[in-house]
Amino acid sequence: MIKTDIVIIGAGPVGLFAVFEAGLMKLRCHLIDAIPQAGGQLSEIYPKKPIYDIPGYPTVLAGELVDKLMEQAAPFKPGFTLGERAETIDELPNGNFVVTTSQGTKHEAPVVMIAGGLGSFEPRKPIIENLLDFEQKGVNYIVKDPDQYQGKEMVISGGGDSALDWAVYFAEKDSFVHLVHRSDRFRAHKDSVAKAYELAKLGKLKLYTFAEVKQLKGKQQLEKVILETKDGTVPIETELWFPLFGLSPKLGPIADWGLEIEKNAIAVDTFDYQTNRSGIFAIGDVNTYPGKLKLILCGFHEATLAVQSAYKRINPDKKFTLKYTTVQGVQGFD
Amino acid sequence: MSDINITVIDREGVSHKLIAPSDMNMNLMEVCKSYELPVEGICGGMAMCASCQVYVHTNNHFGERNDDEEAMLDDAYNVKPNSRLGCQISITTELEGAEFELAPEEP
Repeated sequence: MIKTDIVIIGAGPVGLFAVFEAGLMKLRCHLIDAIPQAGGQLSEIYPKKPIYDIPGYPTVLAGELVDKLMEQAAPFKPGFTLGERAETIDELPNGNFVVTTSQGTKHEAPVVMIAGGLGSFEPRKPIIENLLDFEQKGVNYIVKDPDQYQGKEMVISGGGDSALDWAVYFAEKDSFVHLVHRSDRFRAHKDSVAKAYELAKLGKLKLYTFAEVKQLKGKQQLEKVILETKDGTVPIETELWFPLFGLSPKLGPIADWGLEIEKNAIAVDTFDYQTNRSGIFAIGDVNTYPGKLKLILCGFHEATLAVQSAYKRINPDKKFTLKYTTVQGVQGFD
Repeated sequence: MSDINITVIDREGVSHKLIAPSDMNMNLMEVCKSYELPVEGICGGMAMCASCQVYVHTNNHFGERNDDEEAMLDDAYNVKPNSRLGCQISITTELEGAEFELAPEEP
C-alpha cells in the first residue's frame, strides 16, 4: 500500500501544479495516470504545439511546460504510478481513501484530488474483426518498456507523433520497422517524418503509404498481418503490431465513484473545488461549475484553493498559515 | 462586420439556429461549445483530434481543408467527402446561412 497525504488522479499540468502547492503546505503527493508519462494531453496530444495563454510565457511548447511543471514539483518528491488507470475509490473506517488501479496498485490518503482532464486516455482502435483475440498477444496500443522489443521486426500503423517517433526510435535501435499509413500526409512533426524517410532510404525501415492493416492471422500469438495497399494485398510475417492511432479521453470509471456528474464533468463547489464527497476534490478540465472555463490557467487556480482546504482536512488542529514563496523561497522534502 | 446565422444539426437530428459574431476570430468548434452543443474540442482547436468533425451541407465558399486537417481526417472515423474539422472553419460573413451536421462521436 502506497501511503501519502494527497492522491492525485491525473498527472497533467493541473495535477503537477497541485504537487507544488501541496508541497508548500508540507503535504506529500502521489500521482496516478493511465498513460505511461506525465503531462496528460499536453504530452499525449500536442507536445510540440505552442500555448499562448500561460501567464508570463508569451509562448511555450506544451511539452516544455510539462518539463517546467515537473521541475517545479521535483523538490516535493512526488510519487508516480504511471500506465495504470485509477479504477476505484474506497473509504476506510478512519475516513481515509484507498484508490486502486487497473493493475491492483493501492494508494491510501486522507485526500483525493481528481485532476483527470477529460478522463483517461484510451487507445483509438482500428476496426478489425478479430482484433480482440490478439490484444497483448502481439497487438499493443501503447509502447511500454521499449527495451523488450529492441531488435525485433514489427509493424507500426499511424501518421501521428507517437507512430512516427516510435518507428524512428526502433529503426535506430536495429529493429526492422514496417511503417503503415493510410495516406502520404503525416500529422507528426515534420522532423520525425523526414527522419522516417531517411531511415527508409537506408533500408532500416519500410514505409507503406496509402496502406492499411486489414487482417490479423495467428494461432495463439500474432503471426502475420495483411496490408491492403494501392498495389494490392501485402502479407507481413510479424509477431508485433502497434496500431498507434492516438488516444482519446473517456471519462471511464470516474463516472462510477458516487460523484455528482454534470455534462460529462464532476460538479464542484467553487469555494474549494470539493465534490459532493467530502475529501474528494476535482480540479482542472474534469470539473464543472457555473462559469467554468477549461483553461490550464484556471486549473492552476483551482489546484491552489483545493490544496488549502486539503490542508485543513489533514491538519484540523493546526492554525492555518498562508505561504508566500517570496519570503522563504521553496523548501523541498528530504 | 456583423453577426451571421448558421444551422447546426446535432447527433439526435435536432436542428439548432445559431447566431455567431464574425468579428471575434471564432471558429465553428468554439461557437458550438458556447451554445453547449456536444462538441468536445479536446485538443483546443489545433486539428489534433477529430472531436469537432462536422459534415458541411451547404455550398458556402469558406476555404478548403488545410494540411493539418487533411492529415487528421486521414486518421479519423466516419469521414465523408464533406467532412471538415469545426475548429478549422473560421466564422466569417461567407458562412451566412451555412448548415453543418455533427459527425458521430468516435467509438
